[in-house]
Amino acid sequence: MNSPHAALLMRDLALARGGGAGLGVVFFLAVVTLIPFAVGPDLALLRRIGPAILWLGALLATLLGLDRLLQADHEDGSLDLIALAPAGLETMVATKILAHWVTTGLPLVIAAPAFGVMLDLPPSALGRVALALVLGTPAMASLGAVGAALTIGLRRGGLLVPVLILPLAVPVLIFGVSASGDGAEANGALSVLAGLALGYAVLGPFSAAAALRALRD
Amino acid sequence: MRLVAEDLIVARGGRPVLDGVSLSVAAGGALTVTGPNGAGKSTLLRVLAGLINPLAGRVRLEDDAFEPRERMHLLGHLDAVKNGLSVEQNLRFARDLLGGAGDLGTALDRVGLSALADLPGGVLSAGQRRRLALARLLTAPRPIWLLDEPTAALDAAGQALLVDLVAEHRAKGGLVVAATHLPLGFEDAATLMLGR
Repeated sequence: MNSPHAALLMRDLALARGGGAGLGVVFFLAVVTLIPFAVGPDLALLRRIGPAILWLGALLATLLGLDRLLQADHEDGSLDLIALAPAGLETMVATKILAHWVTTGLPLVIAAPAFGVMLDLPPSALGRVALALVLGTPAMASLGAVGAALTIGLRRGGLLVPVLILPLAVPVLIFGVSASGDGAEANGALSVLAGLALGYAVLGPFSAAAALRALRD
Repeated sequence: MRLVAEDLIVARGGRPVLDGVSLSVAAGGALTVTGPNGAGKSTLLRVLAGLINPLAGRVRLEDDAFEPRERMHLLGHLDAVKNGLSVEQNLRFARDLLGGAGDLGTALDRVGLSALADLPGGVLSAGQRRRLALARLLTAPRPIWLLDEPTAALDAAGQALLVDLVAEHRAKGGLVVAATHLPLGFEDAATLMLGR
């Protein structure tokens, strides 16, 4: 296991272990806790909008740290090293997206059912939300990589990335929330969500790599 | 093997930096690129490494079947050292990323960092980070070394080490292109003067 991709994956996982990987989950928890305070203690209402709350919280939590996804490597010169690796930049970016998802997206998927209990979601819905998030969070990570690549040279990229990618995340949110329900409609939405996730997972690394090449100085 | 660049024209920020630069370095050779600040020395090295596309002209390797980027080391002014990883982890990552198989301990010993192998990269001084970057050249052997101000931050012993490493590299058939203000002490190095 010493291919360029394995080396990059292991390094990014090791770096994430060193600093703040759990922060996204804490932020997710904060959003899920705050919304009931805002809408009031109506359990029936919370149960109905629970999946939407979980999705919004997860969506916002995936935005955290996106600006550092590529910028940290840009600032210290690691990106040049990666560019000289005997592998395509597209697959190297895909590897970074995978590492980012494992360290930030996967914890959200695991935490979502637990937070769903706080919103009085029925057990069947907890599984559906987690399933939908398994598809939605990689899509968000792929989108985020494009935003991160486009803003790589900017000082205030941290604010710009969410503004850039949130419009593109709307389909993921719409189909993600409907896929979290049950019935035939939810199954259809789950298929569309899976299609979106696959599409973004393929297009994301190519677009991000193209942006990195174009913005290289 | 021979590294050849022909009539490179490169603009940055809409202004021409390199205008018709050509060079040719054979295996075992060395070229030092000199010139005032802003003459385009670093830019030239990045173009040679394929990180910047020239507006015109091209870079190629003669008598070599590999992709140019798989044959080159670029030692830029950023040392690509992660503060959160240990010295050895940093070197292992670079070696595996670049497809090398050299022994980490030997390389660290050579650049004088073996006593610091377990310390985080963040505690290294500028000169020590540069030495760690030099260790990369040893663990992942590649025939072309592109060195950007390689002696920056290095002490006298470090500069002597660099001269030795470059001499050994050339003796094994490698070639070196170095951008510098200062005389580096490489033997029989050709010089390319950029700007005026």
